[in-house]
Amino acid sequence: MVELGLPHSDPIADGPVIQAAAMRAIEAGMNTDVYFDVASKIRAQVPLVFMGYYNMILRRGLEKFAGDCADSGITGLIVPDLPPEETGPLRAACEKAEVDLISLVAPNTPPERISYIAEGSSGFLYLVARAGVTGARADLQESTKALIERVKTPLPKAVGFGISTPEQAAEVIRAGADGAIVGSVCVDLISKGDLAGLEDLIRRMKAAILEAVAVEAAGRI
Amino acid sequence: MRAEQIRSDDHIEMGADEDLMKITDASMTRFGRFGGQFVPETLMQPLKELAEAYSRLKVDPQFRGELSALLSNYAGRPTPLYLAKSLSRELSRKVYLKREDLLHGGAHKLNNVLGQALVAKTMGKTRLIAETGAGQHGVASAMVGANLGLDTEVYMGEVDIERQKMNVYRMELLGARVIPVRSGSRTLKDAINEAMRDWAGSYETTHYLMGTVAGPHPYPLMVRELQSIIGTEAREQILKAEGRLPDSVAACVGGGSNAMGIFSGFLQDEATKLIAVEAGGRGTSSGLKIADHGACLNLGEDGVLHGAMTKILQDPYGQILESYSLAAGLDYPGVGPELAHLVEVGRVTPAIADDGAALEGFRRLSVLEGIIPALESAHAVGFALKDPEALGEIAIINLSGRGDKDLATVMEHEGGEGI
Repeated sequence: MVELGLPHSDPIADGPVIQAAAMRAIEAGMNTDVYFDVASKIRAQVPLVFMGYYNMILRRGLEKFAGDCADSGITGLIVPDLPPEETGPLRAACEKAEVDLISLVAPNTPPERISYIAEGSSGFLYLVARAGVTGARADLQESTKALIERVKTPLPKAVGFGISTPEQAAEVIRAGADGAIVGSVCVDLISKGDLAGLEDLIRRMKAAILEAVAVEAAGRI
Repeated sequence: MRAEQIRSDDHIEMGADEDLMKITDASMTRFGRFGGQFVPETLMQPLKELAEAYSRLKVDPQFRGELSALLSNYAGRPTPLYLAKSLSRELSRKVYLKREDLLHGGAHKLNNVLGQALVAKTMGKTRLIAETGAGQHGVASAMVGANLGLDTEVYMGEVDIERQKMNVYRMELLGARVIPVRSGSRTLKDAINEAMRDWAGSYETTHYLMGTVAGPHPYPLMVRELQSIIGTEAREQILKAEGRLPDSVAACVGGGSNAMGIFSGFLQDEATKLIAVEAGGRGTSSGLKIADHGACLNLGEDGVLHGAMTKILQDPYGQILESYSLAAGLDYPGVGPELAHLVEVGRVTPAIADDGAALEGFRRLSVLEGIIPALESAHAVGFALKDPEALGEIAIINLSGRGDKDLATVMEHEGGEGI
């Protein structure tokens, strides 16, 4: 599935690559209306998830925003500056529009809070692989694997923040995640106009993940 | 809500420990519908730990003793309440100035940084990070970092570094490192973003020393309480001088820390009008990306910025606008959530002074009283000159800082003439 980011002027959870992409997009005229046009155009080809900051949603109106998501083929929302304490109003709007509101769990989220977050999430649970902001990192921390093990939920678990290689993606799958979220490295390739490189990377990621899944399944038999 | 709100404004100096315990229930993160914690999950735990440490320490006798000693002997408290005789004569009423310009460092900022840095040190943090616009909060943070032996790094927009070279040098002289911020509009709001990003990865060793009453809970509450010493002193001083409370208290508002500091002493005194003077800049309109002002309480709309629901300057899609004011300390597209609440319930009256009014305040106070005010504080003085009737018979203006830092700005504005 594709995470389609709505650029915001003040993306506090994002590292330099996505910040710069957001600035370029805003300069080029990207706004919420254009965003939903784009989403509508690609909806048929691939499932879409929204990623963006709360003020952009608030400004459009929670119900209108959730409704526009549903109408343009977006099945879930990731809002990185909306911890569970603040999700009430948006969750109600999402339920009404029948789209998922996907919650995030961080490496420093205490166990009792993980349950609280998981209970309030729908679609899948987003596990933040490491402290800090989005952006590629060379290594995958042991704490990431520990986090994947620690989080017990019936929801699928997808891991993001810092994953940039097929090897890292396979590693989180082997550690028990159901998905890997890859952002900055893709945005970086797009910014360089290297669409062939992007396609190649995604193919290799997919292959590595499928292999990890197969090995894991075989291990269970 | 309102009664509760007002009762909640006791402060650390009053010794109302039981009330304090009640109001710092960590679950109370809002002021009416404003405030909250709109931050990434990674910051929720650090914020919780900070809120708990602060509410424990502020009633701890040893902590209070240390803070009190630093405020007296290092910072120079109490600051005087000065009856500005010539200004009073000119305005045909009694106008007092609360002299925060006399505090060490030349502004009220030190009250807050001393308290927060002591909390940080007690929590075992070894590093402070701070944001700064004009450099005043950065300088105060650098001072306290030096004094308490904490590594200090200050995020500052590249544009502001260029505008405020002297303060950059001051911070470096005090042993702090200034980190240029090249993202977004490269000004204060982006420096705050960058500090929050840093903290999301460094919270184990690092305290984020926020400079104003904005940001996620507990910052608006904590910074207001640490600044409330201004209001506590001013209230005692005016009662001693006049035998009664003032008709009004006026303060400039950027994020709102000096205003909340002095207002908090008078919130329960319903007859005292509290006037929040915002930056009118060069006008009340907004361009596509830049507003001509910094007047969020007057002209802003509901939104989320830097972790809080408050009044902000934004475009029709929710992108944050850059603000504008000649006074860098008022050049911020958001405002403290408690102020947004107090304006909404009618307790605080919002007002505007534009660049011209501030420059008039800057010049008149210099000539009339021999006090050069900070351009920020000059907005409150400028408002008083423009609309003296609004002040009543006895007024206090919070003179939040001194104007030495602004001489180059004013000279440049006047094309090298006039001063």
